[in-house]
Amino acid sequence: MNRVKRMWQLGLSLLLFSNVALADWSALNLRQGVTEISREVYDLHMLIFYICCGIGVVVFGVMIISMLMHRKSIGAKPADFHENTNLEIAWTVIPIVILLGMAVPATSTLRDMYEKGDADVDIEVRGYQWKWQYTYLDDDPAKEIQFMSALLTPQEEIYNEAAKGEHYLLDVDNPLVIPINKRIRFLVTAEDVIHAFWVPDFAVKKDAIPGFVHETWAVVEEPGVYRGQCAELCGKDHGFMPIVVHAVEQDEYDAWVAEKQAEAAAVFETVGKTWTQDELMSKGEEVYSRNCVACHQVNGQGIPPAFPSLVGQGVTVGDIQENIDVLLYGRAGTAMQAFGQQLNAAEIASVVTYVRNNWGNDTGDTVQPKDIHTQMASQ
Amino acid sequence: MSAVIEEHHHDDHHHGPDKGIMRWVLTTNHKDIGTLYLWFSFAMFLFGGVLALGIRAELFQPGMQIVHPEFFNQLTTMHGLIMVFGAVMPAFVGLANWLIPMMIGAPDMALPRMNNYSFWILPFAFGMLASTFFMDGGAPNFGWTFYAPLSTDYAPPSVTFFILAVHMMGISSIMGSINVIVTILNMRAPGMTLMQMPLFVWTWLITAYLLIAVMPVLAGVVTMMLMDIHFGTSFFNAAGGGDPVLFQHVFWFFGHPEVYIMILPAFGVVSAIIPTFARKRLFGYDSMVYASASIAFLSFIVWAHHMFTVGIPIAGELYFMYATMLIAVPTGVKVFNWVATMWQGSMTFETPMLFAIAFVILFTIGGFSGLMLAITPVDFQYHDTYFVVAHFHYVLVPGSVFSIMAAVYYWLPKWTGNMYDETLGKTHFWLSFIGVNVTFFPQHFIGLAGMPRRIPDYALQFADWNMVSSCGAFLFGFSQLLFLFIVIKCIRGGEKATDQVWEGAHGLEWTVPSPAPYHTFSTPPTDLKEAHG
Repeated sequence: MNRVKRMWQLGLSLLLFSNVALADWSALNLRQGVTEISREVYDLHMLIFYICCGIGVVVFGVMIISMLMHRKSIGAKPADFHENTNLEIAWTVIPIVILLGMAVPATSTLRDMYEKGDADVDIEVRGYQWKWQYTYLDDDPAKEIQFMSALLTPQEEIYNEAAKGEHYLLDVDNPLVIPINKRIRFLVTAEDVIHAFWVPDFAVKKDAIPGFVHETWAVVEEPGVYRGQCAELCGKDHGFMPIVVHAVEQDEYDAWVAEKQAEAAAVFETVGKTWTQDELMSKGEEVYSRNCVACHQVNGQGIPPAFPSLVGQGVTVGDIQENIDVLLYGRAGTAMQAFGQQLNAAEIASVVTYVRNNWGNDTGDTVQPKDIHTQMASQ
Repeated sequence: MSAVIEEHHHDDHHHGPDKGIMRWVLTTNHKDIGTLYLWFSFAMFLFGGVLALGIRAELFQPGMQIVHPEFFNQLTTMHGLIMVFGAVMPAFVGLANWLIPMMIGAPDMALPRMNNYSFWILPFAFGMLASTFFMDGGAPNFGWTFYAPLSTDYAPPSVTFFILAVHMMGISSIMGSINVIVTILNMRAPGMTLMQMPLFVWTWLITAYLLIAVMPVLAGVVTMMLMDIHFGTSFFNAAGGGDPVLFQHVFWFFGHPEVYIMILPAFGVVSAIIPTFARKRLFGYDSMVYASASIAFLSFIVWAHHMFTVGIPIAGELYFMYATMLIAVPTGVKVFNWVATMWQGSMTFETPMLFAIAFVILFTIGGFSGLMLAITPVDFQYHDTYFVVAHFHYVLVPGSVFSIMAAVYYWLPKWTGNMYDETLGKTHFWLSFIGVNVTFFPQHFIGLAGMPRRIPDYALQFADWNMVSSCGAFLFGFSQLLFLFIVIKCIRGGEKATDQVWEGAHGLEWTVPSPAPYHTFSTPPTDLKEAHG
């Protein structure tokens, strides 16, 4: 079997007379994935594919025989028939039977996918331009875990100034973590435009649509790292919002949950203290590079007119309250999002401080997290 | 007596086309207007092709090299819009203008002045659309399917120009369709029944009804966008109580019939060419007509198969899956009929026949991937990947576009009076055939392997096949300059064509001289034996 595969690879490489290295044959087909559903989908895919190949062999076979044998150049004389009722009925009925044969397994797989059941873990997946927010729902709001997950691949790799890493464009800062062999329910929605949450190894793809919450689920059987991408055009960085899922054993998952909850508590404490300008600036730079740089660019100049410059003009050197409001609530009718939903008070305070004191903006202002917290809480 | 006087009057005033540019601006002659449509379509084909080569150049390697992501989105959007509305549709209208009157023995289209208007709207519509590239914020960047709210609340300001351009194209298409329907129903030569019409006329009649049915739906959806953008409505804005999915339902109610608008006339062309070069009557004429009508009907009730992932309840998913699978039946009938026409024929393989045979094979491959996409549970994996890109390019490029090229080679001697250069024609065919397959076949692989569509940059495992695909695209693209050369060469001269041109050709258009005189069938033909093969 393996030899046959290799010969195919070799044959194809020669055919393409190129140095294209067929690193992995599996790069040509759908993956089987790691859930019962994804394997069902794969089997269905292969079944339909083989049926199509079979039909193709028959139809193209007849065509090729005809092209070889019924040529004028070898003296073929045209026949005179131009209809045959029995034949025409046959090639209407036979396809219907074949289609029924496809529809039966397809229906059963679809029913399995739509089978509703109680979930062990509920995760809200929210698409933003151009990152994902994951919220682990819990009856006790204090135990909810919420974080943003954005592309980790640096701009230098994308713009060919650095060698591309192994998981180029498929790596994120905060992956989704789920336990194996548990039923995970994804509640998929979006904040701004339509995105699509797609993890090929789970055979899960659901559009994330503002105003709708759609449900899909997976039971992952093998621990591992599974990578997917946004599958619906969602604007400039549609190609740059991957999904990474770590499927881990239950005890590892529990430990991760405990750590996340402790982190959340720690953040809550830091909001209370008074920060120095340096602390705010360094935190601000980190927040800026994760959340703002895609549009407003590293140098703050943006890409006008869609993404305005932050340097020496506008709110970043103007009224400080307006600056904070734009960050918290966004600007209606523009790409500027409401970051109050995505960032905590410390992050908002530090990034406002950062943009007001960087690239030659010298307002000298500092914004304290506790003030932002008060404003956010009062809304 | 009065007939004689009229004949005389006629001769005095219509001795041929006017001279100079005004001939083309003011013309009401179906042949002139057909020529205008075809040249316009070819110009748009090259323009859309350049945009496609921009896309393929950027995707040649991983990483951003040539364009920025926001411009990449403009390229994909404008490529789709230009090719669908500017290249494929006007080309078929051009063929309809040239051929329908000659095929049914009519002197011209029924509404010649409106015919002139429906063409001359187009250069302005596309001029405006193309001008958005130079506007603040750039051209439309939300994909040719322009899903709201990306195309409304989040769109660049140029979206308003895009909406007006779509309205103009819609008006042009509707006027063209009315003209086709009125011409076919009222101006057939006396004695020609509907079931005696050539299949190209039949498929265009059905296409025209599809256009009249769905272009107003497109106009409706873009008007709703316009209201959302400028007048504070919330048709598609969830925050205002609207529904982003409504956009998709309305769009695809237009969009699915639209894809058949782009393939039904192609079926007609191929059904004319294969019998000619097989020297054998078309197999199953009646079933071809019924299959075309069935496909048109089904096209109205399958739209949500473009939307399997938007969260439709299972009953809806199952219905749209079954309805979509049904399309395979009439489509299969057509393919089997073509194969049966070839069977025991006496075939020769001139350029039109090569393109027609390639059409049958490659369109069928596109049909297979279409059948795979119809299967809802697997569509979740294929949806919005390069598998879909491969699928619709297989039905549109070696489908619609090959049929248009086949038609041009087939009827060019009738239009110009000269034979084209057969060697160059075959060279053009083989370059196109190889180019198209090298471009689009690997896209099946990268789609299945998991590459989403409409992304300007991709993960490293997709690199090899993207490079292959880009090479194919450049081969295919530059081969079309050869096509241009062949057509110009044929217009300027060449071996004189006979009236029948092709040994096995049947149909009224082959009974008039080559080149076809400026006015044909001023008196209706009486011998209809030749009407269809």
